[in-house]
Amino acid sequence: MNKVIERRMIVPNLHLLTLEAPDVARKVRPGQFVIVRPHDEGERIPLSVADWDAGKGTVSTVFMEVGASTSKLALLEPGEAIPTCVGPLGNPTEIANFGTVLCIGGCYGIGSIYPVCRELKKAGNRVLTVMEARSSYLLYWQKELAAASSRLFTVTRDGSLGAKGHVGRIIDFIKEQPKIPDRVIVNGCTFLMARVSEIMGTLGIPTLVNLNPIMIDGTGMCGVCRVTVAGHTRFACVDGPEFSGHDVDWKEFLARRKAYMEEEVLFTRRSAPVGAIHREGKCQS
Amino acid sequence: MNTEEPGKEERTKKLDLNRHEMPKQPPEVRRRNFSEVALGYTPDLAVSEAKRCMQCKKPKCVSGCPVEIDIPGFISFVNKGDFAGGIKKLKEKNCLPAVSGRVCPQEIQCESQCILKNKKAEIAVGRIERFLADWEAAQGEVEMPSRAKPTGKRVAVVGSGPAGITVAGDLVLLGHEVTVFEALHKAGGVLTYGIPEFRLPKSVVAREVDYVRRLGVDVVTDFVVGKTRSVDELLETYDAIFVGTGAGLPWFMNIPGENMNGVYSANEYLTRMNLMSGYLFPASATPVKKHARVAVVGGGNVAMDSARTALRMGAEEVYIVYRRSHAELPARLEESENAEEEGVIFKTLTLPVRYMGDENGWVREMECLRMELGEPDASGRRAPVEVKDSNFRTPVDAVVCAIGNSPNPLIPSTTSGLQVTRRGTLVADAGTGKTTRDRIWAGGDIVTGAATVILAMGAGRKAARSIHAFLS
Repeated sequence: MNKVIERRMIVPNLHLLTLEAPDVARKVRPGQFVIVRPHDEGERIPLSVADWDAGKGTVSTVFMEVGASTSKLALLEPGEAIPTCVGPLGNPTEIANFGTVLCIGGCYGIGSIYPVCRELKKAGNRVLTVMEARSSYLLYWQKELAAASSRLFTVTRDGSLGAKGHVGRIIDFIKEQPKIPDRVIVNGCTFLMARVSEIMGTLGIPTLVNLNPIMIDGTGMCGVCRVTVAGHTRFACVDGPEFSGHDVDWKEFLARRKAYMEEEVLFTRRSAPVGAIHREGKCQS
Repeated sequence: MNTEEPGKEERTKKLDLNRHEMPKQPPEVRRRNFSEVALGYTPDLAVSEAKRCMQCKKPKCVSGCPVEIDIPGFISFVNKGDFAGGIKKLKEKNCLPAVSGRVCPQEIQCESQCILKNKKAEIAVGRIERFLADWEAAQGEVEMPSRAKPTGKRVAVVGSGPAGITVAGDLVLLGHEVTVFEALHKAGGVLTYGIPEFRLPKSVVAREVDYVRRLGVDVVTDFVVGKTRSVDELLETYDAIFVGTGAGLPWFMNIPGENMNGVYSANEYLTRMNLMSGYLFPASATPVKKHARVAVVGGGNVAMDSARTALRMGAEEVYIVYRRSHAELPARLEESENAEEEGVIFKTLTLPVRYMGDENGWVREMECLRMELGEPDASGRRAPVEVKDSNFRTPVDAVVCAIGNSPNPLIPSTTSGLQVTRRGTLVADAGTGKTTRDRIWAGGDIVTGAATVILAMGAGRKAARSIHAFLS
C-alpha cells in the first residue's frame, strides 16, 4: 500500500499526486515512470514521475483525468492509500553535459520535464525550457521551472501568456539564442512530441521524446506498449520510454494510444454521477 | 523371478482397464463461461481409480515425474480411503499439487510410463493428485508442517511463479528467512497472469500462495528486482538469491501490420483477462474489446488458452492458425481436444504473412500462405514449407500472437557476472541451479526457456537443496 501525501487539481483536469513510496524515491531518475493502481480491481496506469524526495520517501506525478481509473485517482485524499505504486520503470533520461539542451513540456509533461531540466542544469548544461499550453490558466510550476532552467519560454495558443500560437513558435525562441541547442527533449501529449520532432528534424537537432503508450505490466511482458522506431518494433516500457522523435512512427503510435477511447467513454458515462463530470472545472476539451 | 510382475493369469484377472473419466462441463455450456472445465473426481471415483493401480514394486511412473513423487505411495492411501495420508505423502515431494494436478502434462510424464499404458488404461495419476489437493482444501484447516529452528540466514527469491514458490516453501521450512519479490500486484507468476480461470481457478493459485505465506514466507508484490532494487543491492542484505523470473518476453513474427490495434501478444490478451479480470468488464475497470472473429497464431497450450478465452468473451468465430499439421500441435492433446469440442476452428498448415487494417489502424483482415510438410527439421518434426502463390485472405478483427516467449532480460541485463546463453537464458547447473555468480541460483523458464510448471517446480526444489547446503 502507498499512502497519499497530497492530491490536488493544479490546473483544470491535471492533478498532482504525491505518494509515499520510499523504495521508488530512493532509485528514481528523470524520465522514468511508475505504475499505479487506484484500487484493488483497478487498471495499471503508467505515470511519468514529476518529482521525488528520497529523504521523505515520496514520489510525485502529474496526471490527466481521462478515464475510469484516473477518475478514481482524482478523488484520492491525503491519508488514503492505493494498493500499487511500482517502479521506477523504464530507462532514465541520459544526463550529461551536452552543452545547450532545449527541454519542452506540455500538459502533464510540464511536470515530468521539471526533474530533467533540474538534473541537466546540475550537470552543467545551458538549459532552455519551453512550457506550452492552450491558455495561461493551464500552466503550472513556472517558478520551479524557472529555477531549474537558464531561460524559460512560454507559448500559449490564445496568447494569454508568452508567445501566442502553436509549438511552431519555438523556432522563434531558438533563433533568439546565440547558438542552436545540441539536443531537444520533449515530454507531453502525442501531438506536441510529434510536432516538435518534425520541426527539429528540419533544423537537424537530435530530439528525444518520452513516450506514454498504454501499458499493463511495464516490465516487458505484455508488449502492448510496442512502438515502431526506425522500422523496428520496440517496447516503450523496457527499451524506452525515451526514443529519437525523428524515428517514431507517430501515426501508429497515436492509433495505439487511442485503442480504448470508446471503452473509456462508456465507462465514464456509466460510472460518473451526473454533475461529477464538470466538477472542479474539469472537461476542458 | 521378477517379483513386481504377478503371474500373467493372475494379473489379467486383477486388471481393471476402465480408466475413470473426470466429469466435465459440457462443451456447449462451458464455451460461454469462465468456470473450471474439468470438475474433478468424486471420492468414489478417486478410490476406484486408485484401486486400479498395480502398485508396481519398481514403479516406472515415478521415473517419469520431474519431481519424483512417490506415486504408488500416495495412490495406496487413496486406495484405502485415507485421503489425509495420501495428501501428506504427495506433499513430501510436491508443494503445489492442486496446480500440477491440473496443468502437468501427465500424458507424457508419469502416465506415459504406467505399466497399463500398453493396454490404453494408464492410471489417471493427475486426476487423483488433483482430487487429493482439492479434498484437503475443502477440509478447511490445512495441516501446517513444522518449521526447523531459525538459522538466521536470509534468502531473496525473485519471482513468485512455480519455481520461486517452491524454493520459498522449501527453504522456510528449513528455518531460513525467505522474502519473495513479485513485480506484478498479485503473486503466482504465470499461474496468475497466464493460465485462464477455466483451466486453473485463481482461487487455487491464491490458496497455494497463501499456504507459503502462512509457512512464514514474506511475499512482497509490486517490487521489480532490477529496477526497485538491483540484485547486487539485495546481496548486501541477503545471504543467497534465487532468480525465477520466467519466460516473459513475447515473440512477434515481425510481419507487416503486426503493430495494428487488435493484434495482441498472448501475454497481453491473457493478462488483461486473468490478472486484470478483464472478462468482467465493464464491471471491472480493465477495458476489453468485443471481437467477433479472432485468429490465434500458434499451436501450444498458450494458443489454446487464448482461443478458448476468446470464445468465452463472445467471439463468433475463433481460429487456431498453425503452420504445421494437426499432428504436430505442441499443445496437450487434452487442451486441443477441449478447444475443438468448444468450437475453435483449426486452420493448420497456414502461415500468416501480413495484416491489413482500416483507416483507424484496427486490424480487419489477415493474409496467409498455405504450407505443406517437408523433411524433419532440427526439432524432429516435419518442417512446414510454403506452397508458392497460395496466398489467401481471411477477415478477422483480432489476432492473438501465441508463438512463444523469451526469458525476461531484466535481471540478466542489470546484474553483472551472470552468464547468459545465446537464447537469453541464464546459465545454471542442471543439478543445483547454481549460476555463474556466487550466492545466486536460478531455475524455471529463465534457465530452460519456456517449459512446464512441473519442471520449474523441480528446478526450484533442486536449488532449495543446494542453497540450504550452502547456508548450513
